[in-house]
Amino acid sequence: MSETLLEIDDLHVSFSTRRGLVEAVRGVTLTVEAGEMLGLVGESGSGKSVTGFATTRLLDAAGRVTGGKILFRGQDVTKLRGDDLRQLQGAAMSMIFQNPRAALNPIRAIGLQIADAILTHKRISKDAARAEALELLRAVQIRDPEARMNAYPHELSGGMCQRVMIAIAISCNPALLIADEPTTGLDVTTQKVVMDLLADIAAARGMATILITHDLGLAARYCRRIAVMERGRIVEEASPRTLFSTPQHAYTKRLVAASPTATSRIEDLVTDEEREGYAAVVNMARQEPAHGTPPLLEVRKLAKRFDQGAAAVADFSMTMSGGESVGLVGESGSGKSTTSRMICRLIDPSEGDIVFDGRSIGHVASRDFHRSPLRKDIQMVFQDPNESLNPRFTAFDCIAHPLMRLDGMRAGDALRRRVEECAERVGLPLDLLPRFPHQLSGGQKARVGIARAIACRPRLLVLDEPTAALDVSVQAVVLQLLDRLRRENDIALLFVSHDLNVVRMLCDRTIVLRNGGIVEQGESRALFENPKTDYTRKLVEAIPHIETGPALAAAL
Amino acid sequence: MTSATLRHSVWILRGNPLTAVAAAGVTLFILIAIFGPWIVPYDPIVSNVSEALQPPSAAHLAGTDQLGRDVFSRLIIAARLDLAIAVSAVGISFVIGAVVGAFCGYAGGKLDRGVGRFVDVMMAFPLFVLAMAMVAALGNRIENIVIATAIINLPFYIRFARAEVNVRRNVGWVEAARACGESHFSVVLRFLLPNILPAMAVQISLNLGWAILNAAGLSFIGLGVKPPTPEWGIMVAEGARFISTGRWWLVAFPGLALMMAVLCFNLLGDGMRDILDPRMRT
Repeated sequence: MSETLLEIDDLHVSFSTRRGLVEAVRGVTLTVEAGEMLGLVGESGSGKSVTGFATTRLLDAAGRVTGGKILFRGQDVTKLRGDDLRQLQGAAMSMIFQNPRAALNPIRAIGLQIADAILTHKRISKDAARAEALELLRAVQIRDPEARMNAYPHELSGGMCQRVMIAIAISCNPALLIADEPTTGLDVTTQKVVMDLLADIAAARGMATILITHDLGLAARYCRRIAVMERGRIVEEASPRTLFSTPQHAYTKRLVAASPTATSRIEDLVTDEEREGYAAVVNMARQEPAHGTPPLLEVRKLAKRFDQGAAAVADFSMTMSGGESVGLVGESGSGKSTTSRMICRLIDPSEGDIVFDGRSIGHVASRDFHRSPLRKDIQMVFQDPNESLNPRFTAFDCIAHPLMRLDGMRAGDALRRRVEECAERVGLPLDLLPRFPHQLSGGQKARVGIARAIACRPRLLVLDEPTAALDVSVQAVVLQLLDRLRRENDIALLFVSHDLNVVRMLCDRTIVLRNGGIVEQGESRALFENPKTDYTRKLVEAIPHIETGPALAAAL
Repeated sequence: MTSATLRHSVWILRGNPLTAVAAAGVTLFILIAIFGPWIVPYDPIVSNVSEALQPPSAAHLAGTDQLGRDVFSRLIIAARLDLAIAVSAVGISFVIGAVVGAFCGYAGGKLDRGVGRFVDVMMAFPLFVLAMAMVAALGNRIENIVIATAIINLPFYIRFARAEVNVRRNVGWVEAARACGESHFSVVLRFLLPNILPAMAVQISLNLGWAILNAAGLSFIGLGVKPPTPEWGIMVAEGARFISTGRWWLVAFPGLALMMAVLCFNLLGDGMRDILDPRMRT
């Protein structure tokens, strides 16, 4: 039995907002043993980050601990003042944040930033601090650390920046490290490397770690104990195995179901009770196009070069038939967004051609494509639902916009009926239509974005990471919605994503992109089960999968 | 204005009494500008030498000037001219500046660089001196004060609109608008411009105060409005001759009117930002 390092007892945290006091954390009780890694999992707004901030006393001015105790080595953190507090922050416990680039000082060399952190807590000479900083860069496995000492944050990749953050966080050998979404926003392969590193360092130094994440798979891979939070409370605490095989709480059940696994299908993403009605849709077999039907979309040797720079996309060719779903996967910088925008005719390709339904559209300038009769046949769903709706348009206006522009409808009853019909198809409650985007949740905004894209009944829908900014439970619903739309309306989907699990479930075929070129393509199932290239294999292996043993199968 | 907007405005004003006071002040100035000629107790132009240079009293609330004209009446009549100059000048520079700036910010490239350098050159001039030179060259008329004031305000609007549009040009809803069949042209005019309005409104309100000061300043140094037309700047200029003999009211009241007008517009600018920003609505 190891020593208890942190004991959170009935913690309450409130924020004062313009709508009065909001309770973000309402009665969290949690213990962390020395040296263990605890996963704190929940969706956005569950209070998991606030719990972390309260523990390190980094709550912003509007937040206040209104009840409960946080005992760190028997000392109540919430009552610490002055020097005691400074000793605690950084030296005894430290924190890693979600966006490493924003957390680093952009105008100071990283070596100096690490040395600064050391000098804050230790009375040693500057040279000694620099020597220690160099050691830390070695510890976080940054290549060529001597040269990197003088690098600035913008010269490093996101993964490198996070390593520097880890180096700063461990510089004073804290007993507890709180990692708040440390790998969100990093590519899957980088995510795995950074998390492996973090786990190794924690184990080697005997540091306890709280891993705050929305990703159940990630927590399951690295933690031996997971606490699930929902609306400010811990609803369940168990080992990953127990959590996945026999989830007790209804919320955990939903979360576990919604987290994609190596073998899950779209229809598995909801709990049994919610599954009814979906089976009929799944069983609707797609009508195979008659033999000899020309493809809906044919892309030939597409290339894009931006001013002066190297090619963002080179020699990209693909075909899609009507109602087919194709996944376009790759890490950031692979050119997948550029490709999708060229196919959508929002930017012009430098070379190559795009043939849609037998007509060449690659040479129509993107600035003129809005007049093309094919504009309404190719629609797009954009990445971040929070940014893809005009802040001055209500949900109704957003959905009505393409109908008025592309279908020539005028304001009136007919338009209202069409908008309501679209809203119903995406499962958006009609009473939300008069709302502005900021009055909608992320999932509701995503639905508005999809409703807008399908309003004119397009034949090809390009989706640019439509679920990347969403919680898993919302993602599950959106994926089902897309799958249903495809089956019911025979819309072809080009699904751009870095999330291989999602692509595997939704797409018949998958194309893997790297540095602007196609690495591998084929049937999704075959490609994921038996990748032919090393790169694809690396991508597939990096996905944090949830163990799906026989126990889980039995539970379902 | 829908009832929701109205309710929201009331809510904002309640939480921010200073804005409410400023709004009331601006409304008062506008009412005075409109109804001035009907509420003044005396004729602002006709002189009455027998009552020259009288200190403030019940009959003459702000005293009389060297020609025996009632200062209070002149202040009230002057409001219309001063506000008209400021509003039309700011209106012109806002419309031109916002459109030019928005297109530059959206298009980028050569157009943006060209206009950007031109604006830099303009801002390198002392702007008030530039306005003086323009009025002197174009002729001493009120239209020319408006034009000069509009031109020296222009760089601020261009820069402001450019920066605001530039950060939004690649945002999802702009691309979505294009996918919905909007041309680049209408994306700028119908999507980006309305979205930068809240930020621009603040600039407009702050600028109105500055434009009033500018017009008064031009008149003060003898350019633009000519006596005997009542105008706050001229009144300060004429009154300044008498301040050494203790006739403070000739300068103090027009100065106070100027200060209050500028202050009200500036305070209102801050308040307006909150009201016009739909994200503040919950």
